Amino acid sequence: MNQQISRLAVAGLVLITSLIVGSTYWQAWAAPSLADRQDNAIKVVAQFAIKRGVIYAGDGVTKLAVNRRQRVSDQTFYFRRYPLRGLTSHAVGYSTRARARTGLERSRNDYLTGANANLSTVLDTTLDDLRGKTIEGNDVITTIRWRAQKVAIEAFGGQCGAAAAIEPSTGKVLVLASSPGFDPNLVEKNFGAIQRGRGACPVAPLLNRATSGLFIPGSTFKVITAAAALDSGRYTPESTFVDPGYCIEYGQRVNNYDTTSPFGRINFSQAMQNSVNSSFCEMGKELGPDVILDYARRFGFYEDPPIDLPGDERAPSGLYEKGRLLPESQQGRADPGRLAFGQERMLVTPLQMAMVAGAVANRGVVMEPHLTDRVRAPDKSIVTRIEPEEMRRAIKEETAGQLASMMESVVSGGTGTAAQISGVRVAGKTGTAETGRAGRNTAWFIAFAPVDRPRIAIAVVLQNQSGTGGSVAAPVAKQIMEALLRLPSNSER
Amino acid sequence: MSARTRELLSLVVVGTIVGSAFTSVYIARQEVVSTESLSYAFFFLGLYVAAHIVTRIAVPHADPYLLPMAGFLTGIGLTEIYRLNEDEAFRQGLWIVIGLIAFAGTLLALRRDYRRLESYKYLFGLGALVLLVLPAMPIIGKTVNGARLWVELGPMRFQPGEFAKIFLIIFLAGYLREKREVLAQVRLKDLGPLLLIWGGAMAVLVMTNDLGGGLLYFGIFLAMLYVATAQVWFVAAGAAMFVGGAALVYTQIGRVAERVRMWLDPWSDPDGGGYQTIQSIYAIANGHFGGTGFGQGTFTDADGNQLIPYVSTDFIYSALAQELGLVGIAAFLLVYMLFAARGFRIALLAQDGFSKLLAVGLTFCFTLQTFIIVGGILRIIPLTGITLPFVSYGGSSVVANFMLLAGLLLVSNRANARSGA
Repeated sequence: MNQQISRLAVAGLVLITSLIVGSTYWQAWAAPSLADRQDNAIKVVAQFAIKRGVIYAGDGVTKLAVNRRQRVSDQTFYFRRYPLRGLTSHAVGYSTRARARTGLERSRNDYLTGANANLSTVLDTTLDDLRGKTIEGNDVITTIRWRAQKVAIEAFGGQCGAAAAIEPSTGKVLVLASSPGFDPNLVEKNFGAIQRGRGACPVAPLLNRATSGLFIPGSTFKVITAAAALDSGRYTPESTFVDPGYCIEYGQRVNNYDTTSPFGRINFSQAMQNSVNSSFCEMGKELGPDVILDYARRFGFYEDPPIDLPGDERAPSGLYEKGRLLPESQQGRADPGRLAFGQERMLVTPLQMAMVAGAVANRGVVMEPHLTDRVRAPDKSIVTRIEPEEMRRAIKEETAGQLASMMESVVSGGTGTAAQISGVRVAGKTGTAETGRAGRNTAWFIAFAPVDRPRIAIAVVLQNQSGTGGSVAAPVAKQIMEALLRLPSNSER
Repeated sequence: MSARTRELLSLVVVGTIVGSAFTSVYIARQEVVSTESLSYAFFFLGLYVAAHIVTRIAVPHADPYLLPMAGFLTGIGLTEIYRLNEDEAFRQGLWIVIGLIAFAGTLLALRRDYRRLESYKYLFGLGALVLLVLPAMPIIGKTVNGARLWVELGPMRFQPGEFAKIFLIIFLAGYLREKREVLAQVRLKDLGPLLLIWGGAMAVLVMTNDLGGGLLYFGIFLAMLYVATAQVWFVAAGAAMFVGGAALVYTQIGRVAERVRMWLDPWSDPDGGGYQTIQSIYAIANGHFGGTGFGQGTFTDADGNQLIPYVSTDFIYSALAQELGLVGIAAFLLVYMLFAARGFRIALLAQDGFSKLLAVGLTFCFTLQTFIIVGGILRIIPLTGITLPFVSYGGSSVVANFMLLAGLLLVSNRANARSGA
């Protein structure tokens, strides 16, 4: 019988060997992909056992996200609380058990949970891990100026809209407001109520309109057309146009905003100051869609704005067809006349338009926008500081100067007079995208100030308006700029 | 060095390991655990020293490594149960005491000659049958977690199936020893008993809804039949019949079909049928290479709810795999392998047919049961809820496994005594 026993023994040992192989598969081979799965409750638990870093406003004092310590059975968990409620809900986002993370809570999760790896921190966290000590995350100090942010949210008063303000020379995002907002403290328990929405504009409160809301730019796009016209050398600020109140394109009339009083013979600056569609239509026909869109690309169109927010909370600006960006090979078909004044399926985000204003203010150079100023370890030492990063030069310095004075004339005596701030030179451009239905206009204002030494570039959009960009959006932009200019710059602190 | 001295030294090593395990649970969870927990380790070592004294008296020549390995497995199992649920650990401790009493009792009662059991083989066969049918009886039978495997007598609740398998092995060892020459000729009329036992395994499967049990009993039967007759095609035919029968059951019994579906794709129903498997897989994967360490695994969610149902019984392996990591769990499985290897060695060294068949049956039972539960957890085969020998929380299982261990030591003692070792 011994031969059979030996064979059976081999079979038995093979069975147990297969168990070792099976364990190796799950613990070595499959483990990384299992750890990334959304429904892995163990990883969720691990995240909440970490004392997450605090998120601060730009003043380095005001807390935007803090921890709420809670004992559950025999473990200590750190859940999030947002002291300023809905004020910075889109930029900061939320971190909850029931929902995935959003905003900076997601994009800076590695820092906030202390998982950012360099050799010494890895060693420290590994030792802490062995000791069973609570892991402490790093604090994130943002660039957000919370008082100005508050002014922005209050100025919207529940209307649908968004505002983005950046520091042109550095790309620091000072205000990133999206209305309607939501209270991130309610996400865990009462997500349904948030989704249903409340107030004058109950549409999609979770959407960050400032970075991923797509709007028809209307006449604010004329800044890009003008940049293309001047920078390419085909036009000068003194180039003249004759305005009959409309422009003929493909044998059809394309009307001005107001057709009753044509401007007649005007120069480029006057066309900009009064936002004359027919002149820009002529320019567009002359330049063609490729040149205009090439300049749009230089300002950052057709790519996700490089802001430190999660990818699905950012959207590229550009020509859209059926919800998708029109591929470059198709753009030659675009109607250049309408494109020149921001119609023709062109959709943009407020952040992108703030970047356009910022580039004009920053002598033609686009800076990468960022919400994180610095990351600080629990022992208060600086882990990393986000340095200003040039995205690219969009236009020549000379062109930027010409555009700046044109835009200043818009505020001093054109369509954007409502944005005047006493004692401060403001440059801006209005935009009113008509949808053909009353009370459905999209009102825009983009601006920068002070013109001689710009500290703010801003874009404000309001949806479902009966007024124009100059009458509705410009006053909001003015309030935010005033709030920002009155505060000392946070860079010294 | 005598066999018993080696056993004692090995027990001291095991005691040190188990003591360290308890200490690390204590350090990791000192907020919830008191220093009294360390008394478990001392109590535990004392118990095994007592068992060791019994082996000195009853089976002086027996294999010296089986008892320490059983001690290692029960010790690590108890540590993990203690870490998961203190109350269960206390009860498990009591069961280990009862198990060791049964172990000592078996050794002392059969120390002269266990082979007289052979004359009662039909009684054991009948006993196995009765034990298997008990849970299906009205009033005393009880269904837990969908399988009807329990008998409840007043405050006592036990799984007679755990004892039935030992009775079945004794019966088969006696029966096959007697009939092996006849069976080896492979005449059709001799296949009767084979068909009978196949039918029995199927009946048990259907009555108790227990795929794992059916597989275990039938696997033991085929293995012993093969050892007795050397007819591979018996095994092949038997396996084919089992697969055929199981396929039939699969189409007829929804619960079995569900188990197979959840084996192939647990993520098709992540909150229902696949929940347990998925949570268990996450738990194992979370151990990675080195494990989280004793007492530091995650078994509850952020709301304090248990993540894996039945973690201390059916899924104790997942808990251990997370806390010990691949390194630890592989070492743990190697102990099982070593235990099986020693068992098969005893069967090889035994001189008479009954002893060989008994040892091989007991060893294969231990091996196959380990494979069925761990293989199910690791998704090598469909999951069936049976206990992990010596480790899972459960009284019947602990007591039955100590009786199995006693059986192996008795065979070993006789073989070694006669060969003069």
